Amino acid sequence: MVVPILKQGHYLIASIQAALTDADLLNLRDALAQQVGTYRSRGVIVDVTALDVMDSFASRTLSDMANMIKLRGAETVIVGIQPEVAFSMVQLGLKLEDVATALDLEEGLAFLDKRARRANRAITNPPKR
Amino acid sequence: MPSLTPQKDEVRITVSADTDIVTARQKGRDLAAQLGFSSTDLALVATAISELARNIVRYANRGEIILKLAERGEKRGIIVTARDEGPGIPNIPQAMQDGYSTSGSLGLGLPGVRRLMDEFEVVSKNGTGTTVTVKKWLR
Repeated sequence: MVVPILKQGHYLIASIQAALTDADLLNLRDALAQQVGTYRSRGVIVDVTALDVMDSFASRTLSDMANMIKLRGAETVIVGIQPEVAFSMVQLGLKLEDVATALDLEEGLAFLDKRARRANRAITNPPKR
Repeated sequence: MPSLTPQKDEVRITVSADTDIVTARQKGRDLAAQLGFSSTDLALVATAISELARNIVRYANRGEIILKLAERGEKRGIIVTARDEGPGIPNIPQAMQDGYSTSGSLGLGLPGVRRLMDEFEVVSKNGTGTTVTVKKWLR
């Protein structure tokens, strides 16, 4: 099943609607890494609210995806990990280290906006000597 | 009057592709939900099945997942058996160490599955395949 990717200003939002196979996850990873360039996006939000399982493969693929997108110059934030899913991940030993996470879409957008403001400030107001 | 449809006490899922991994964990979650497991336990069971089914696809190409009702005295629960006729696990103690993998994956497979479930057993011989049996009891 193909995950719809919406363009919202400088951000891309991928909203997972149903269970994904390994191939679906790899396709999502590649599509986002590609589209960050096509749309010159600054940030990517992956909404996993609908996922009832985040196993080692899903976790590793999302982590790889975030690293690929970072190398392309954009930020990734994973939103909507359900409490039961978070518990299973911790039991399994999956930490999604180095990947930003937020409670939901709203918090994810706020996180990316804050990152963008900080980047802008650094450009328009370079630190004084 | 008793139901005419026979009680299905066992669900078998042939696992040979990544789409079967999703089917196996969804069927396992459905059975566990019928038994009355909490949403937290449903996620643990589904995640364990996902890891076991992926091991079958990755290491043995094909095999099966068998889901059954477990009973021990008053206790009820679910038994998940993952069986394949693949190459087998040459060194089980090593495979049960966190971080060990022969396929370049995270290597959390079996020790992680053991943490997700209440009981865990692995039987494997070189050349004759692997059978992993895990149980989760209703609390």
